Amino acid sequence: MNQGWVNAGLGGIIIGIAVSLMLLLNGRVTGISGIISGTLPQTKGDTLWRILFVLGLFTGGLVIKTVKPDVFLNELPTETLTTVIAGLLVGFGTIMGSGCTSGHGVCGISRLSMRSILATITFIIAGVVVVYVI
Amino acid sequence: MSFKNSIVSFSVGFIFAIGLGVSGMTQPAKVIGFLDVFGNWDPSLIFVMAGAIAVHFVLFKLATKRKSPLFSTQWDIPNKKEITPALIVGSMMFGAGWGLGGFCPGPAITSLASFESRPFIFVLSMIAGMFLFRFVDKFLKLRK
Repeated sequence: MNQGWVNAGLGGIIIGIAVSLMLLLNGRVTGISGIISGTLPQTKGDTLWRILFVLGLFTGGLVIKTVKPDVFLNELPTETLTTVIAGLLVGFGTIMGSGCTSGHGVCGISRLSMRSILATITFIIAGVVVVYVI
Repeated sequence: MSFKNSIVSFSVGFIFAIGLGVSGMTQPAKVIGFLDVFGNWDPSLIFVMAGAIAVHFVLFKLATKRKSPLFSTQWDIPNKKEITPALIVGSMMFGAGWGLGGFCPGPAITSLASFESRPFIFVLSMIAGMFLFRFVDKFLKLRK
């Protein structure tokens, strides 16, 4: 078995456990784009749990960095302008489309939401097209 | 929002980040390799989604058999059914940005811990994009 595939599957299982805990304990969907947006000013509703979730994502990153720094290896020659455009598109698109890889791709598909299935197919195809073109 | 819910939120974020790191999702080159179907395709990240969905598909069914979550009085799960242009166009834009930068929102936040400039620039731009959508949506009401 290819080690990359095993790691990917194992990481996926850990992610599946994480979102299941959020559901079983707090009754919520782990949609990260929505959670990030919900930490920004002028959001209605409770922001504390969202801020804590984002802090958890970051703290997990700190632990990974300590244990295995090459997990953040980024040898892509992406230009700063490209990174800015990518970020703008991801921010705008995920709020307009009500979700990203976690909310639609994992949580939505797991409960067989037709909206999430279509969104996931759409963003994967769009990503494939962009990578093919550039 | 109780103390327990706060602990759960932080812990889920933490565990999620570990999953991202183990899976390879924090490496933009791997993400782009996954999307490079017509080039040097690296299909490994399929197993991230497959693994996560396999676990959550079962646990979602089991969990929602309960009347309510353990630490809350009610379920807070999206139940919108309508397929809207905003859903499709927004997802297209997200996918395009994902292919350009190799980051989606979760891995981008986790990668801030690398203290490299690119995740930082990406996250700031992503937040700007979120504000930009809010602003545009005031006039266009795209999500109504």
